[in-house]
This record gives sequence, structure tokens and C-alpha cells, in this order.
Amino acid sequence: MCLAIPARVVAFAADDQAVVDLGGVRKQVSLALVDGVELGDYVIVHVGYALSRLDPEEAEATLALLREAGALLEPASGEAPA
Amino acid sequence: MKYVDEFRDGTLARGLAAAIRAEADPARRYAFMEFCGGHTHAISRYGVTDLLPPNVRMIHGPGCPVCVLPIGRIDLAIRLAFERGVTVLTYGDCLRVPASDGLSMLKAKARGADIRMVYSAADALALAQREPGREVVFFAIGFETTTPPTALVLQQARALGLANFSVLCNHVLTPSAIQTILESPEVRQFGTVPLDGFIGPAHVSTIIGSRPYEFFAEEYRKPVVIAGFEPLDVMQAIRMLIRQVNEGRAEVENEFTRAVNRDGNLKAQALVSEVFELRRSFEWRGLGQVPYSALRIRAPFAAWDAEVKFGLDYRSVPDHKACECGAILRGVKRPSDCRLFATVCTPENPMGSCMVSSEGACAAHYNYGRFRDHAPDNGRSTPPATIRLAS
Ligand code: SF4
Repeated sequence: MCLAIPARVVAFAADDQAVVDLGGVRKQVSLALVDGVELGDYVIVHVGYALSRLDPEEAEATLALLREAGALLEPASGEAPA
Repeated sequence: MKYVDEFRDGTLARGLAAAIRAEADPARRYAFMEFCGGHTHAISRYGVTDLLPPNVRMIHGPGCPVCVLPIGRIDLAIRLAFERGVTVLTYGDCLRVPASDGLSMLKAKARGADIRMVYSAADALALAQREPGREVVFFAIGFETTTPPTALVLQQARALGLANFSVLCNHVLTPSAIQTILESPEVRQFGTVPLDGFIGPAHVSTIIGSRPYEFFAEEYRKPVVIAGFEPLDVMQAIRMLIRQVNEGRAEVENEFTRAVNRDGNLKAQALVSEVFELRRSFEWRGLGQVPYSALRIRAPFAAWDAEVKFGLDYRSVPDHKACECGAILRGVKRPSDCRLFATVCTPENPMGSCMVSSEGACAAHYNYGRFRDHAPDNGRSTPPATIRLAS
């Protein structure tokens, strides 16, 4: 019910609407709840409305942390992680 | 899909699982509640439980708006459709929630009630605009994630002076539910659930930010980690919770920084507070009356408030006697402890609300975890070679 998905804004339309790309599928969503969205931005879309912008730098930083978690352990444990 | 697939990567999951095993102290037990059904779903679907060491237990919380919607509220919608001849519109998840007399909105529809599914609140408003002769009620449900869109359509309806549109508001608030779980007398009666921390809501927090959870960390000395809904997000949050417990900290941390900050979406918050105010009390399925846990429509919007417009009076209806949803939502019991589970109660024919939405604890366990119950070692001592990556 509360699930929302990241989508890329590919065009703007009238009345605070935008066209987003969801992994190849195009959909119209409302931008009425978020200010300052630019073309190419990723937004989190839920029930037809963008709820917030997705910060690509923060996404990268999180992924880097996740990669680090496994990398730190591998040589020390001497065995391939199960 | 970008920003989805990366957070489902099997290799990274194995690395994270190893990191969790290395950090979890074998001498202690950890129990964390994931509040959101979205997390419950991810944990079940991707087999996250199988990747955790046996001393780390995840408890499914009440965080699915469909699961906590009480029978009496659905009865209101069904009565509106049957007795007042209105067209009721709602999100698809609500249609199968069990109501009184063996009904659900879907079954009522089959018996002739005009109840339809919409994808967004805007669609409900659009129907009312298109067909002025039809009385349209939007049955609004959801946590803080779904509330701002409802606020928007209420504002638009007022601006348009739309006389044939109203909203039956069932919006509830997550922080008060968490508080209820921590203070619930039933929990004391069953013995305390040994909760060591919470995985905090993902998309709810995009709206309200991480700040509202600081209270729990301080007041109840429970760590909270806000996490995204992908399996790696959940695993990283578990790792962060373990670390807090090990270090004796109880803070709010944010794993989902790509979409959540401390303040949340201020524009959405302002809109919500213009249109809604707190209800003194609201009944949650499984949790009973929870003070200041839901929203109602403010007086200037009364003409678009279905409860006022149709003079609805709420009647509480007890759940099916054998249904254990209440105990499950509080983390006191597991789905397999319910004698109706997977026999009388299935996703095709749900008896309780936890079996309705794929985010409900019973439905998630039915679809993805049921066979683990019968594994000789309970399936948890040897992590599998691969994380299940169905998409
Ligand atoms: S299995 Fe069905 S009846 Fe039992 S607790 Fe879950 S939803 Fe309720």
C-alpha cells in the first residue's frame, strides 16, 4: 500500500503534471507535492504523485557502504562468504 | 530498474550477510520490529531471514494501512453504497478486506453496490467532475505517504465547489502506532516482546522526515533506523541496529538518505495540516482504540467530509474470534501460531486483514515463508548460497 517507486522525469505537462519513465513504461504523475523538480531528476512516485526527489549522490554513497561491508570481511575471514 | 536493481544485488547481499554475522554478538539475542509492511514483504520475498544468524529475529509490525483498517470502517463504505446509492472509489488493496456479514467491498460490488477501484485520488475527483449527477465518495486510506494526495484533492474539490464529491477519511499516523506497541497492555499481559529496535518507515518518512522518531529513541531507549524497501536496504538497517545495540546507543539513524532527510517534505506537511486535524481516538484493527492516531477533515472542508455529509456513525465490530491478527500486529505471535493460517484463511479467502495485502504479515508468510516452518533446522542455521532474487 505504501510502496512507491523511483521514476525519471522525462517531460513536463500542464497543471503540475509530468511524464515519468518507470523502467521503460511512461506514466503521467503529479508534481504538486514537490518543488523544484528538474528534467532528468528521479522522483519517488506513489499513487500517481511524486513524494520526494531521489538524491543520486546519496544513493551512490549508500551503495558504496554496502559494497564496503562485504569487501572488508572477505580477506579477513579467509573464506568466501556464504 | 535504476535505483531498484542495485539494491537487490545478490553478491552485495552475501557480503552484507557476512558483515551482519561478524557483528552480531553470538552471546546475545536481537529482536527488531520492522514497522512497515513494505519491509515485511521484502524480508519474506527475498529470503532475508535465511541470511540472518539465528540469534537475530525480525518481528513483523502493524505497518500496513490495509491490515489495520477495522471492520467498522469498511462497513461504513459498504452501507454508503447500498443505502445511500453513492459510488464508492478506493485503492485496490482495500477491496478484499473482510467486513461484517461475510462481506468485503468486492463482495458488496458483486451484489450490486457501486464500488470501484482507482489508482489515485485524482482519478476519484475526475470521475466526480465528469459525472455531476453521481454522488462520489473517495474511501481514503493510508499512512502519511498517502495522506498528501488526499489533502490535495480535498483542496481542489473546494476550489471547484464540487458538490457531488466527498472523502471518507481513514488516514492514520505511524508514530502513535509505534508508541502503542511499546505501551500496549496486551504486550505486558503476554509478556513483553523483547524489542531491541525498529526499522523505521521508508516512504512515510519521505513525507514526515526522520525527526518524529527521535522521541522513541530518547523516551523508550530504542534505536530506530529508517530504511528503504529493497532487500539490501533492510539488511543494512539490521546491521546498523545491531551496531547500535552492541554499542549501547539508542538513536535515529537513516539508511534511506537517498530519499529521506530529517525534516521531510515541508510542502506536503503544510498541505496536510491545512486540510486535516488529529482525531482524539481511532480504532485500529488489532490494536483497538489508539489515541491521537488518525486524522479527520477540518471544519472548512466539512462539505467534502463524507462522515459529516452523510451523518455517518461508526460502530466497532469485533474481529473473527480465532483470528490472531491483533497479537501478530503487536509482535506477540507469528502467523503460523494462528489456527486458521493457511487452512481456513488464505490470500484467496482472507479471514483477517493481515492476509489481504501482500504487505501483511500473514500473506507474506503464506507466499514466501510457509515452507520454512517445516524445515528440520527451521531453515536458519545455514544461509543459502544465493539470495532469492525474484523480481
Ligand atoms: S492467518 Fe488469517 S485469521 Fe489468522 S491471524 Fe492471519 S489473517 Fe488473521
